[in-house]
Amino acid sequence: MARVTVPLADPYLLPMAALLTAIGVTEIYRLGPAGNAFRQGLWIVIGVGVFAATLFSLHSDYRALERYKYVFGVTALVLLFLPRLPVIGEPINGARLWIHVGSLQFQPGELGKIALIVFLAAYLRERREVLAQGRLKDWGPLLVIWGAAMLLLFVTNDLGSALLYYGIFLAMLYVATARISFVAAALGLFLVGSFAVAQGTPHVRERVTNWLSPWSTHPVFCPQNGQMMLRQNCQSYQEVQSLYSLGHGGFGGTGLGHGIFTGTTGKQVIPDLNTDFIYSALAQELGLIGVSALLLLYMAFVLRGFRIALAATDGFSKLLAAGLSFGFAFQTFVIVGGITRVIPLTGITLPFVSYGGSSVVANFLLVAGLMLISHRANRQEAGA
Amino acid sequence: MNKQLLHVSVAALVLLAALIVSTTYWQTWAVGDLADRQDNSIQLITRLTVDRGKILAGGRVLAANVKHRKHGLTIFTRRYPSGSLAPQVIGYATEAGTSTGLEQSLDDYLTGANTNLTNTFKEELHRLGNQTVHGDNVILTLRPAVQALALQQLAGRCGAVVALDAKTGAVLAMASSPTYDANLIEQPKGYAKVLKIKGSCGDSSALVNNATAGLYPPGSTFKMVTAAAALDSGAYTPSSIFNDPGYCIEYGQHVSNAGNPDQNGPEAFGNVTLAQGFEHSINSVFCNVGKHIGGEKILEYAKRFGFYSLPPLDLPPSASQASGLYKNGKLWTPKNNFAIDSGRLAFGQFNMLATPLQMALVAATIADKGMQPKPYLVQKIVAADGSTVAKTSPQMLGRVIKPQTAAELNQMMQLVVQGGTAATVGFPPNLDVAGKTGTAELGLGSVYDAWFVCFAPANNPRFVVAVVVEKQPNGFGASVSAPIAKAILEKLLGT
Repeated sequence: MARVTVPLADPYLLPMAALLTAIGVTEIYRLGPAGNAFRQGLWIVIGVGVFAATLFSLHSDYRALERYKYVFGVTALVLLFLPRLPVIGEPINGARLWIHVGSLQFQPGELGKIALIVFLAAYLRERREVLAQGRLKDWGPLLVIWGAAMLLLFVTNDLGSALLYYGIFLAMLYVATARISFVAAALGLFLVGSFAVAQGTPHVRERVTNWLSPWSTHPVFCPQNGQMMLRQNCQSYQEVQSLYSLGHGGFGGTGLGHGIFTGTTGKQVIPDLNTDFIYSALAQELGLIGVSALLLLYMAFVLRGFRIALAATDGFSKLLAAGLSFGFAFQTFVIVGGITRVIPLTGITLPFVSYGGSSVVANFLLVAGLMLISHRANRQEAGA
Repeated sequence: MNKQLLHVSVAALVLLAALIVSTTYWQTWAVGDLADRQDNSIQLITRLTVDRGKILAGGRVLAANVKHRKHGLTIFTRRYPSGSLAPQVIGYATEAGTSTGLEQSLDDYLTGANTNLTNTFKEELHRLGNQTVHGDNVILTLRPAVQALALQQLAGRCGAVVALDAKTGAVLAMASSPTYDANLIEQPKGYAKVLKIKGSCGDSSALVNNATAGLYPPGSTFKMVTAAAALDSGAYTPSSIFNDPGYCIEYGQHVSNAGNPDQNGPEAFGNVTLAQGFEHSINSVFCNVGKHIGGEKILEYAKRFGFYSLPPLDLPPSASQASGLYKNGKLWTPKNNFAIDSGRLAFGQFNMLATPLQMALVAATIADKGMQPKPYLVQKIVAADGSTVAKTSPQMLGRVIKPQTAAELNQMMQLVVQGGTAATVGFPPNLDVAGKTGTAELGLGSVYDAWFVCFAPANNPRFVVAVVVEKQPNGFGASVSAPIAKAILEKLLGT
């Protein structure tokens, strides 16, 4: 499909995406139960289908999307709002991120991310000169849609996505306006804002406490069961056990299939192992060597993405490629940084590797976007 | 825009590179710290997958494993075939990861984490190949038959028996009573059952190793230390003359000798030598010795014998107590002579508390001509493939008293058995026993802690035995504890 529709696209992206997907499916299969790997396989088929359909329908000129920027902006909001709807929305782990139709579960926020990047690319391309002047009138629609997205994320307790969106927004704003002062101001705003939010929302405050001191020497109040417990046995249990998983893997890892993830009672040691914490599983089984290779693969992917942005000839393409590439890198940073205690832990999927249909589909869309942009840039270069 | 793109791409790559750095930290530097954490479930499960080494003594298996398959994991749990023989020494290792006794202190060997060079490599290969890791087997110095006899002799009374190889310091028996079945610990409500075992004294704990952590007033057995100080410092000889009116005067008050079962009131011996004072355990003699040489001198010698420090044994530090003066439940070092009731300290009362192991070490030092042997429980550690990982070679801790002092004390201890306080025990002359009785007052009327500390044969000592039986109504060292020591010595000497 790619050969036919975008023959001049970057030849490395798809193999890298396939490799990451394969690593993911392998680990998901290993962690079991078998149904999970099968479902993930099914989603990969759907993802590839969406990928093909996207290439097919947009290969003549994806820049038509630019005209529908508000459609994308509103779509992003609707997607984020869906899990709040009473019948199809469902809270999992205290966060409302999922919708389910029949037996299908879906996390619309992942697709919302792509939609928001398209919106930002289009809007920033159009208004970048006037935005740089800093008049409120030009900032209006941008702040409304983006601000609403952030608000929804906080309301749904999806802190990981909120952080991700903020990062993507900052990066794209900087690329568009070249105003480092905007970035500095936004960062300052973020710090003030998150401080205020941390005061008001126990959910956020808890994450920060868990990050700074995951181990407590004295029992603290455990909201899950209302008793006094050591923090590592309650709030920070998941991240602490995940660190133990990393430590157990050590330099060389235990080897695939030899990691320890279930206790003698049959209970999983780390909850959400195949989604948010798949990195911990990989780190234990593949060791530092294995996950370093994995991270290098992510770096190579991001590098190709930015190359495409540099080679693109128009502003929309540049911004879109930059947004997709940075989003990809930053999402990896948010989850792996959270697991390795670089930043507070907020749950989000590891691109291509984590278990989850919406994540797979969204990431294939991301690859499709980058390939469309690189095809167009290379065609122009060849044609020129 | 390209300049900004470059900046952002560098930022993105720096973020990802930071992840490699942070992952490196957790997977290299922090590995040891993480593995040591109490709440590390993975470590806990890994421990269970290790085929923990056996603990053996005299050909008997004291700790072994049961293999289970649970949720795709092969795990091993502990079983104690002679559960109540020496649980305070062996300890236990539970599925939840708590351990005590040798199970705790030898954990690195038992789990194969600490082994010889060739085995490290082999076990690492096993680990990589996901094969079961086999821990090292531990062979103890204990003699199960002697240990069983000691428990049988104690018969549920609170107390302890320690038997040492006089020449090497090897612990041949370390029995603590009351005892419990170590297999109970993992059973439902088993731990609560164990906690309820109090022994016939009513307030003992089966979990405590009375031999190393039981603190008892040593009573007259402490006269070995006082006599050592008196002779070794040159202040007295065995033939120094004392006049015993039946009491000694301290702080203007009479301190009476122990009562004689055959007569009313305290015994009075008149003019006696130091050796005779030792033989008949005359308190007034030692009271005067104490007053003369001073409490500090006695404590100085006590420290040389190992008081005020934990015995250098293979057990975890928490399983032992230091002997010495205790005040408000804490080990207490008096500032000067004036803070010490030197007269009472000299015959083992005042605030002096000692463990049976400590008193056994005092006797062992006298038996070894003034050198103290280092006690040990582990004979040998053998890898699963049969190769030796470690072997204990007997060590001397150092000189405590002069050889002559030791010889004089040896003589005096023989007098105790031949014609002194232990003459009624009926030690067969061919055993050639040297010993010292102790009947420690507890301030509970005629209820005493009964002691007997001895070694045999006196002229070429092979075995040291210390016995204490707690809170015996009208029970004296000679009547309660010496017969136990006699039975143990007869067993050890094969007569």
